[in-house]
Amino acid sequence: MAIVAALSRVTKRYPGVVALDDVSLDFHSGEIHVLLGENGAGKSTLVSLLAGMQQPDEGTIVVGGDAVRIDSPRRSMDLGIGTVFQRVLLVQSLTVIENLMLGGSWLRPLARAASLRRFGELAQLLGTRIDPDARVSGLSLGEQQQVEIMRALWRDEKLLLLDEPTSMLTPQGVADLGRMLRRLRDQGVALILITHKLLEAYEFGDRISVLRLGRLAGAVAPQQLQQLTEAERTDTIIRMMFGIDAGGAAAAADGHEAELAILLGRKIHEPAVIDRSKPPLLSVRGASTLPDFTETPLREVSFDLWGGEVLGIAGVDGNGQKHLAEMLAGQRSVAAGELLLGGVDITRGQVPERRLRGLRYVTDDRLGEGTVSTFPVATNLLLKEVGAAPWWRHGITDWDLIHRHARDLIRTNDIRTPSELTPVGKLSGGNVQKVLLARELDAEASVAILNKPTYGLDLHNQRLALDRIGAAADRGVALLVISTDLDELVEISDRVGVMFQGRLAGIVANDSGAVDRIRRLMTGAGAA
Amino acid sequence: MSALLTEPFLVSLLFGAVTAGLPLLLAGLGEQISEKAGVLNIGLEGMMLVGAYTGFVATYHTGSFWLGFLAGGAGGMCAALIVLLLCIRSGLNQIVIGIAITVGAEGLTSLLHFVQFSRSYPRLAAAPALALPGLSNLPILGKGLFSHNPLVYLTVILVGALTWVFRSTYLGLSLEAAGNKPAALDAAGVDVVRTRSIAVLCTGFLAGLGGAYMANVGAGIFVPFITGGAGVIGIVLAMLARGRPLMVMVGAALFGASLAMTTALQVAGIDVPTDVVQMLPFAVVMAVLVLFGRHSMLPPALGTPYVRGER
Amino acid sequence: MNQGGLVAALQGTVLRVLLPVGLALFAGGLILLVLGKDPLGYYGYVLQRSLLRWGGAQETLTRMAPLLLIAAGLIVAFRAGIWNLGGDGQFLLAAVASAALAPVLVTVMPRGLMLISCMLAGALTGAIWSLLPAVLKVRYGVNEIITTLMMSFLGTSLANVLIKLVLRDPDTTVPQTRSLAVDDRLPRLFGTTIHAGLPLAVAAVLAVHFMMTRTAFGLRLQVQGANRAAAVHAGFRVERLTIAAFALSAALIGLGGAVEVLGVWGTVRADWNPALGLLVVPLVFLARFNGCAVIGFTLFFSALMVGGESAARRVGVPQHYVLVLVALLLLFLGVVEYLDQSRRKSGGP
Repeated sequence: MAIVAALSRVTKRYPGVVALDDVSLDFHSGEIHVLLGENGAGKSTLVSLLAGMQQPDEGTIVVGGDAVRIDSPRRSMDLGIGTVFQRVLLVQSLTVIENLMLGGSWLRPLARAASLRRFGELAQLLGTRIDPDARVSGLSLGEQQQVEIMRALWRDEKLLLLDEPTSMLTPQGVADLGRMLRRLRDQGVALILITHKLLEAYEFGDRISVLRLGRLAGAVAPQQLQQLTEAERTDTIIRMMFGIDAGGAAAAADGHEAELAILLGRKIHEPAVIDRSKPPLLSVRGASTLPDFTETPLREVSFDLWGGEVLGIAGVDGNGQKHLAEMLAGQRSVAAGELLLGGVDITRGQVPERRLRGLRYVTDDRLGEGTVSTFPVATNLLLKEVGAAPWWRHGITDWDLIHRHARDLIRTNDIRTPSELTPVGKLSGGNVQKVLLARELDAEASVAILNKPTYGLDLHNQRLALDRIGAAADRGVALLVISTDLDELVEISDRVGVMFQGRLAGIVANDSGAVDRIRRLMTGAGAA
Repeated sequence: MSALLTEPFLVSLLFGAVTAGLPLLLAGLGEQISEKAGVLNIGLEGMMLVGAYTGFVATYHTGSFWLGFLAGGAGGMCAALIVLLLCIRSGLNQIVIGIAITVGAEGLTSLLHFVQFSRSYPRLAAAPALALPGLSNLPILGKGLFSHNPLVYLTVILVGALTWVFRSTYLGLSLEAAGNKPAALDAAGVDVVRTRSIAVLCTGFLAGLGGAYMANVGAGIFVPFITGGAGVIGIVLAMLARGRPLMVMVGAALFGASLAMTTALQVAGIDVPTDVVQMLPFAVVMAVLVLFGRHSMLPPALGTPYVRGER
Repeated sequence: MNQGGLVAALQGTVLRVLLPVGLALFAGGLILLVLGKDPLGYYGYVLQRSLLRWGGAQETLTRMAPLLLIAAGLIVAFRAGIWNLGGDGQFLLAAVASAALAPVLVTVMPRGLMLISCMLAGALTGAIWSLLPAVLKVRYGVNEIITTLMMSFLGTSLANVLIKLVLRDPDTTVPQTRSLAVDDRLPRLFGTTIHAGLPLAVAAVLAVHFMMTRTAFGLRLQVQGANRAAAVHAGFRVERLTIAAFALSAALIGLGGAVEVLGVWGTVRADWNPALGLLVVPLVFLARFNGCAVIGFTLFFSALMVGGESAARRVGVPQHYVLVLVALLLLFLGVVEYLDQSRRKSGGP
């Protein structure tokens, strides 16, 4: 099959880091080429190079046999490359067809009829059923992604690039996407799928290339993929992704999840011994929230949480997790239901009051709301204690004490920063998270809510975060961990609850077979 | 009370409403274009003022009102150029630059006026008015609404034209995208900076045009600070109209009427102190903001410069 | 920080501050040239008249009082992320309130108490005038740029109405409030013409600086101004903080109006509007919201105003030229900031 595009010895540097290092890749027509790698492996950089957002520092990009310079999104489109980005890039206030018509020459009148015709063609090709005149803001995330794919193929693009397309989809949506991608492949389109999920790579990929720390760690060509047994294939890929020898991966003991855990170097969870005869530290009864733009509201969620246990919350993004976190923290009021913290009714309690009673909240939006990025690390470490003794006496700030406190925390939490005065925005993602964890998992915490605590972190920092969570549980803190990474939840949780369309679809004990039960709940198929 | 319903009062009110409302309409439409594209033009007042001055000077020297309007528009565009270069291309804070433009325009036009005209304070001849055939013979409405300078009628047509552009052209879609999600526009291959630049230049032109009308037709003379808050009202109109040019026209008519109330009352022989009446338009704005403020929706990307692929 | 680093940082700050000023004066000078005036002569005259002569220097210092109080008010607002552009209205109405109250109170209480009461009245008036924009912002998210500007226009007209219709002194031909006798105004300092309002204003600026940098309240305002979502997340009462910031800002500006009346004029004339509210904005930005730096810039600006007025009569350059300089200051400040930032982003020193 013909090579539609290629990267030849491409290098891209950003201040302080080499994002791509001497990478060469070929993209063939009629083939799904999966680029697999952890966060920080260089995948997003590759996308931005092909999409015309950035240019390589060294090396060339070849399209249709010629070396090209893709210096704008327009150029990328002109070269026949269509990109579907990780975050939805649609104008919410316009209709589907208006979004697809964006980019036409200003001097010509709106070519509505022609656009609708093209829409029809693509809808048939992809097998979707979306109303072209529907406003984008009313579509589900999966439907919006379908529109994005249409946009990427609008001008008969030969190369389709998808960046982590499944993070927002239900399992059904993932299956639909897979079908769509295979149809396109059979039409001769060259497809590049960027992901960090091993299982997806297997399912969709005809060819798999593995990126690690900006380098091409290895590739598996189609013929090889078909020849290897499943175990051999997994072994090869794991070795490339992590540079470790999984060895004996096939000798997995009981069930799928154990195999997976070993493969990815994760520990198998040792369930904690929880005395459930004692009163729970956190009790939620029938909590519901009001709907708004962001995501599904909560609908009569009830559960109890005991000290020393980790309750994982699984579910596809957007099924009410954010509302749950904010509701528990006190940033979002309940429309109905009640909340008991240590036996005390705090349903009407505000954030400071809940914090005083030992509630802690590690938000997923680290730089957007968790910290003030222009302020020093020291200030951010005490952001939720402003006005409290001993750092403030009669409202006057004792900066010396604050800085000393910060230096202590920096040392004990291994936060890599030039000093406590450095603006927190200058720290790497992993260290910002260390700041948040240091701040929230302090000695007085009794109940901690963590929303996607390892999102966007590299493997090393993920481990550190999970270890800190485990340590807090050992201390007796009750922890609620919300995550879209099922493997991680299975590793640390004692029980796992599943959010589906705003309801707590069920809570599953973390024993063998839990993964399958959780998966079923995630699709909405019946309670546990 | 009965004095209010007499012909002289109503004619004066209608006529005054159009005369005072037209600059507001032009400024409001201009601001609407910018706001749609995500640019907050605090310097609108300054653009109007520059347009008032250049328009006045042009008409004074050439005797042509049309040249005056064009010069006014060009003057406004020059002021808008500053926003283009410093805010849109370079990402400086739009509010600070907007204040600079307004203050600078006040100073510069006053300075120039002092140098050129402070001895003479020249007045222009009365601006030509075009009485629409047939319509201008209607009672009250004829003299009030249909006997104005042709720019008035052109502006009304502009309202319709803008509505069409916003909804049914690629340019309109691009403007909407630039203000709502510029990254989407960029990904579609359209230059966001170019789109916003064009929007801002249009705003400058319309604002300058409004200023020129104020000086040449409304007052017949240029005095420093002649715009007196019209630009700010224009911003308010754009904010409340939520992307619909027709609503800008309605708002401009209302405010124009309250501005024209002083003269109209005098004509009717009702003696209300001018200062009280002068408060009326601003009080009306505040009342509208209190009543309808919650409905003012601003585009999400308003005021933030666009940087491609920012990490 | 080592010695070399400290020197470099100082150099950087000095450059970043002096450069816009220098560029603005230079560009302004060019404009004067084009208009046929002599820029060096103008600047020289301004300098001489405002600072080098004792009478002028006193005038310059006296003028600083309302400017400093307005600057203090703006620092509070801007640091809290609030655009309080309604200073003119707040200033004027507060001036009218204290001018109206003073002649009445002076008959029933000693001068000191009267002055304090009138200043409080001024501050309160300013704060009340900011209430509507504050509530609209907190409740409905209405942009405060528009509301404060509108209230400013409204306030200016209202002040005129009050002076001409309600508070008018029947004994004067020009409409104004009843005049406060010179002996009853703010006391002069050490035999100069500088009134006690100046040290009060300086103290206010320093107090605001202390509040912003060393108190919990100030820190909360700064956090909210820098990142509102973080303020909510940290459990601040954001609505109360917003209203408090508005009220404090407007109260300081109102105090400026009261001080100006009680110290200098003793009365408010109809159609009097020094319109200082927007002019102080670039000073506050140049000083990067730092209270101590603001005092220096205010001195500079006050000298410009005093000298400029004289120059308007003698050298034929109208006072409006100062507006041009202010605008140029803002523009060059923006440009220098931008250049500095892009130099830093590309990995400069």
